[in-house]
Amino acid sequence: MRARPSTIIIMALSQEQSATLPLAVKPTLRARFDEWIEQERVLGYVLLGPALILLLIFVGYPFLFGAYISLTNAGIGRAGQFIGLQNFTDLLDDPIFRQTVANSFLYTIVTTIVKLALGMVMALLLNQTFPLKRFVRAAVLLPWIVPTVLSTLAWLWMFDSTYSVINWLLQNYFHFQGPIWLSDRLNLKLGDISLVKTTWPMISIMIVNIWRGTPFYGISLLAGMQTIPHELYEAAIVDGANSWHRFWRITLPLLRHVISIVLLLSIILTLADFQIVYVLTRGGPANSTHLFATYAFQVAVPSTELGLGAAVSMYMFPILAVVVFFTLLSLRRED
Amino acid sequence: MQASLTQVKPRALASRFIITYIPIALMLAVTLFPFYWMVITSLKTDGELYNLKNNPLVVLQPALIQFQRLLNDTLFPRWITNTLLVSIASTALSLVFSALAGYSLARMRYRGATAIGWAIFITYLVPPTLLFLPLLGVVSALHLQNTLWSLILVYPTFLIPFGTWMLIGYFKSIPRELEESALVDGATRMQAMTRIILPLALPGLLSVGIFSFTLSWNEFIYALVFLSDATIKTIPVGVTSELIRGDSFFWGELMAGALLGSIPVAIIYSFFVEYFVSGLTAGAVKG
Repeated sequence: MRARPSTIIIMALSQEQSATLPLAVKPTLRARFDEWIEQERVLGYVLLGPALILLLIFVGYPFLFGAYISLTNAGIGRAGQFIGLQNFTDLLDDPIFRQTVANSFLYTIVTTIVKLALGMVMALLLNQTFPLKRFVRAAVLLPWIVPTVLSTLAWLWMFDSTYSVINWLLQNYFHFQGPIWLSDRLNLKLGDISLVKTTWPMISIMIVNIWRGTPFYGISLLAGMQTIPHELYEAAIVDGANSWHRFWRITLPLLRHVISIVLLLSIILTLADFQIVYVLTRGGPANSTHLFATYAFQVAVPSTELGLGAAVSMYMFPILAVVVFFTLLSLRRED
Repeated sequence: MQASLTQVKPRALASRFIITYIPIALMLAVTLFPFYWMVITSLKTDGELYNLKNNPLVVLQPALIQFQRLLNDTLFPRWITNTLLVSIASTALSLVFSALAGYSLARMRYRGATAIGWAIFITYLVPPTLLFLPLLGVVSALHLQNTLWSLILVYPTFLIPFGTWMLIGYFKSIPRELEESALVDGATRMQAMTRIILPLALPGLLSVGIFSFTLSWNEFIYALVFLSDATIKTIPVGVTSELIRGDSFFWGELMAGALLGSIPVAIIYSFFVEYFVSGLTAGAVKG
């Protein structure tokens, strides 16, 4: 059974074909080339070529080159000498780098958990029927659409030490004195034990990351939920399952695949995040909020220690590799 | 069942408010507040902006002075042109390369096809912040530093892997028979691809195109590192580096810039929400 429009296309094609192909007995060079290129093992590579060459020049080579310069003391515009693993061992003794590693893990773990939880709530809310549903669904994705540095600038202004609108709201509606977001320390104590010990700048960058990232979770999980057949829920209702059970026994297990992929992409982008920290704190105050990428930038570009900066970036690689490996493993096990 | 439903109607409505409408309103408020704040700030004069006695949530005397300053006294118009140029060129380049590669991987069998497919997927997972330093070396070795070409050639590194994978999925969903009958009728592979497969994959191409344009428009770290002249910067880099002079933040101007820099992608997005969402979730839902 063929669809009618495609039949017409095919007829048109075959007519044109018979008109242009001369009934030559002896194959010309052109005809031989046409025949050669028509083979899958030739044309396949030819079509792949442009993409592959570009990726080799601008991803494959830089990756190896980056690994190499991390083993040198190169600067910007200055070729370095091979110094082995010295950059990597130097970094282990660098207190700012240690803080950077701790920050990166804290930032990634906390925001990932919160984004997954809030994203699930968002998806469950959007999966119901309510007025203006299409508008709401489009609007909640906005933080993820607009340029991150520009929306983060709005947050920087909202966190301003004098004019913070967040603190104005807290003060006027809740009679609560907000912190100086981008410099205060935080030490929540229960008796003598400190429960949470971090800084408001760290919390600020996490808030912006959660604000920006949750829509991605929400919309992806919603798309996953919409592929779950209704009959499953109907059967569960007949069997007397309440909505709590339906969520844990049907929705969540069937979303496992989507959750794995979303977590994979999100963890990579969060661990390697640059823009939010660069705009909000530049890694400050006193280098206390750096992530891998912002510290690599600071060491390599303003301080021109290219080799050392490349080493900071390279420290991300094994972590990313482990994340990718385990996600792909869990996906493969499911299939 | 019917009777009990009508009986609990007021209560059902109340619980609907509590479990659906109020949380949704709250979610929208938090999501949209920073944008509201951008708009409100950009419409204020400096006198109003920095007066702590005013209610900051409203504009008393709306004015366009911030936009006038931004468009007349800064290089913002140049940055718009630059960003537009880079986004269109890198999107077009990636779209062509991804369509060719995607078709090849979706439809043809040859040695190494599976391995190459996986390699492209892995490059999709390499974050730009892992590569920006060595890429700076590559870009300056090719004498592309401080030119828009550096971005036009480098942005496809994160667009092509995404585009290729998404288009593989689209091409595979098109019945093979359509193409095979064209081949039987004497069409070449390239003809079958350009006249049958690509037109049918138009929604997929549109999705990839819109998504790529947005990613290029929003890109930051490569543009920050590769470009140093104020005249050739893109909007995200120009606004964050040139509009902040020393320690002085001109918030009205900054928010006007942030707003104008966000509006183009927001407009494109609002016209193509469905394509955008299918692009966003293609990887996650289809695997």
